[in-house]
Amino acid sequence: MAVARTLAIALHGVDGALVEIEADLANGLPAFTIIGLPDAALGEAKDRVRSAAVNSGCDLPPRKVTVNLSPASLPKHGSGFDLGIAVAALATTGVIESAAIDRVVHVGELSLDGRLRPVAGVLPSVLAARRAGAVAVVVPSGNADEARLVPGIRVIAAASLRDVLIGHGARLDPVPVEALEPPTAVAPPSQPGDLSDVVGHPEAVEALQIAAAGGHHLLMLGPPGAGKTLLASRLPGLLPDLDPDAAVEVSSVRSLAGLPIGPSLVTRPPLEAPHHSATMAALVGGGSGLVRPGAISRASHGVLFLDEAPEFSASVLDALRQPLETGEITIHRARAVARFPARFQLVLAANPCPCGQGGGDDCTCSSLTRRRYLARLSGPLLDRIDLHLTVRRVGAAQLTEGGSPGATTLEARQRVAIARARTAERWGDAGCPVTAMAPGALLRSPRWRLPAADRAALDRALERGAITMRGYDRVLRVAWTIADLEGDDRPRADHLGRALYLRKGI
Amino acid sequence: MAHKDDLGRAGEQLAAEHLTALGWTVIDRNWRCRQGEIDIVALDGGTTVMVEVKTRSSVDYGHPLDAITPRKLARLRRLAGAWCEHHPGSRRVRLDVIGVVVGRHGTTLDHLRAVV
Repeated sequence: MAVARTLAIALHGVDGALVEIEADLANGLPAFTIIGLPDAALGEAKDRVRSAAVNSGCDLPPRKVTVNLSPASLPKHGSGFDLGIAVAALATTGVIESAAIDRVVHVGELSLDGRLRPVAGVLPSVLAARRAGAVAVVVPSGNADEARLVPGIRVIAAASLRDVLIGHGARLDPVPVEALEPPTAVAPPSQPGDLSDVVGHPEAVEALQIAAAGGHHLLMLGPPGAGKTLLASRLPGLLPDLDPDAAVEVSSVRSLAGLPIGPSLVTRPPLEAPHHSATMAALVGGGSGLVRPGAISRASHGVLFLDEAPEFSASVLDALRQPLETGEITIHRARAVARFPARFQLVLAANPCPCGQGGGDDCTCSSLTRRRYLARLSGPLLDRIDLHLTVRRVGAAQLTEGGSPGATTLEARQRVAIARARTAERWGDAGCPVTAMAPGALLRSPRWRLPAADRAALDRALERGAITMRGYDRVLRVAWTIADLEGDDRPRADHLGRALYLRKGI
Repeated sequence: MAHKDDLGRAGEQLAAEHLTALGWTVIDRNWRCRQGEIDIVALDGGTTVMVEVKTRSSVDYGHPLDAITPRKLARLRRLAGAWCEHHPGSRRVRLDVIGVVVGRHGTTLDHLRAVV
C-alpha cells in the first residue's frame, strides 16, 4: 500500500475542521517530510513519529515518506496530529490495513517511547469530529474522560501507539504500559464563600440577586475595605447551574485553555478575575500563530470580575464593548480567524478616587483628579452596565449589633432560579431567557408597556435628560427583574423607582 | 586490512553481482580521482549509472541507506561529473544507491534508483 489516509482535527477557536492526513511511501532515500502548513510543533512531529514507531515495534521503512495535511491551505498547529501522522505513515507499510483507519479521527501527541500524551482541546475536537460525521475517534487514555462527554461517536482510548495499531488489526505483541495522565489541577478551586458572610450590605446583597436573576452587568463603587471584592466573589454562587449547551461550551473553552475538566462537564458558572495588568490578548484572547481563548471566553456563561477597573488600560476595557453586545469574540490574525464564546456577566469594582476616600473629609484628591480617575471608565462601557451600586463602609454598629443573618447562597440561588423561570416563561419564546437580553422594542411593545402612572418617575427622568433612551430601556429591564424576583406579574412604580436608583445611584 | 574495509569490499561484490544479475554491464569498479571514489559504474541499457554502495553488518546504528547524507550525495554528483570528463562522449547519467546489510541472519540488499 503506497498511500494511506486517516483523519485529524484542526482547531480554530472552539470550531474544528476535519483534516485528512495522507501518507505516501515512495522509493527514495530515507526521509520524512510533512507538508500542508504545519507550525513548528507539528513540523517536529517527524522526529517523534520515527522514534515512537521504532519503540512500538514497527520501524518506518528506509524510504521516502511524505505526509500531506489536507486541505493544504489551512494552517495547522500543535502536537495533536502526531498520532494520525504515525498511523497513516505505518499504514503505508502494510502493518495495518488502510481501510481500517480512513474514517477514524486520531488525536494525540506521541512520546518518544511510543506512549500517547494527552493534549489540550480534546472536547472541541471530538465535537467537531462528530459534526463532520466521523465514525470513531482515537484519543490518549489521559483524555478519555473528556472525550466520552460527547455522545454519538465511538471513543477509543489508547495508552500507546502499539495499542492503537493492535486495535486497527496489527499483529504485534501487546506490551502493557503506564498511561500518561494530564497534569493534575494545581488545586481544586477553593469553595467560594457563602453569601451570608456579607455583613451589613442589605441593598448590595439585593443588587447582587437582581444582577444574578436578570443577567445584568454590575459596577460597584466604594472605598477600599468596603467589601466590593467579597460581594463580587459571591455572585457566581447565585447563578443557576449551566444548561447542557452552556456546559459543553464552558468545558470546551476550558479544554482549549489547557485547564483540567474531570470526568463530567463543568456545571457551575466560572469566575474569572484577571489582574489589572492584563493585556488585550490576555483578556480577549489571541497570541501569534495559535490563538488562545482569553479571560472573557473562560468567563463565558459565568462572571468576569475586574477589580480596580480604572487601573486597567483604557483600550483593554473598551475591547469588552463588542463582546458585551454580541456574546462572542472573533479574533482575526493574518493567517487565521478564531471564534470563541464570550457571553459573560461583567462585574466592575472601582475606588471612587485614587486615594480611595471618595470625596469625604479624609480625601486628599482634587476634584479634577477624582473626575479623571473615573473618566478612565469610558462612557460607552458604563452605558452597557445596568446596575451602578455604591458600596459604603460598614459601620461599627452594623458589625456588633448582630441582627438577623442575611440570605445564604443556596437560598438566594433558589430565589434567582424562580425569578429566571418567570422570565423564561414570559419571554423565553421571544429569545430572551433573562431580562438583560430583552430588546427595547419588546419592552415598549403594547403588550408589555407599563401604565403611564407607574412610569411617571422614569418618564420625568427622561424628559429632564437625566437618562438617555438606551438608559430608559435598561431601567425597564432592571424593573422587570425586580418584579420577577418579588413574584409580581409586572413592575410597579416602586420597582421602577428602585431600578432608577440602581441605574443612577452614584 | 581492517574489518570495515573487508565488509565494504564484500558489499560492493554483492552489489556488482546483483547488477549483473539484472542484466547490466559493470564497466568500472572503484574508480578513483582526486575528489574520491565511485564504487561501481554500470550500463543499464543506454544509461550510465553511478552506484554508491553502503554496507553495514547490522541495523543497530540505523539502516545503511540512512547513512547517505546530502553531503555524500553532493560528492557523488561531483564524482559523476569527473568520471564523464575522463570518459568523453554523450550519454545519459543516473545515480543509484545500494544499501547492503551483511548480518548474522542473512544478507539483504536494497537498491534505490535515480536518487537525485
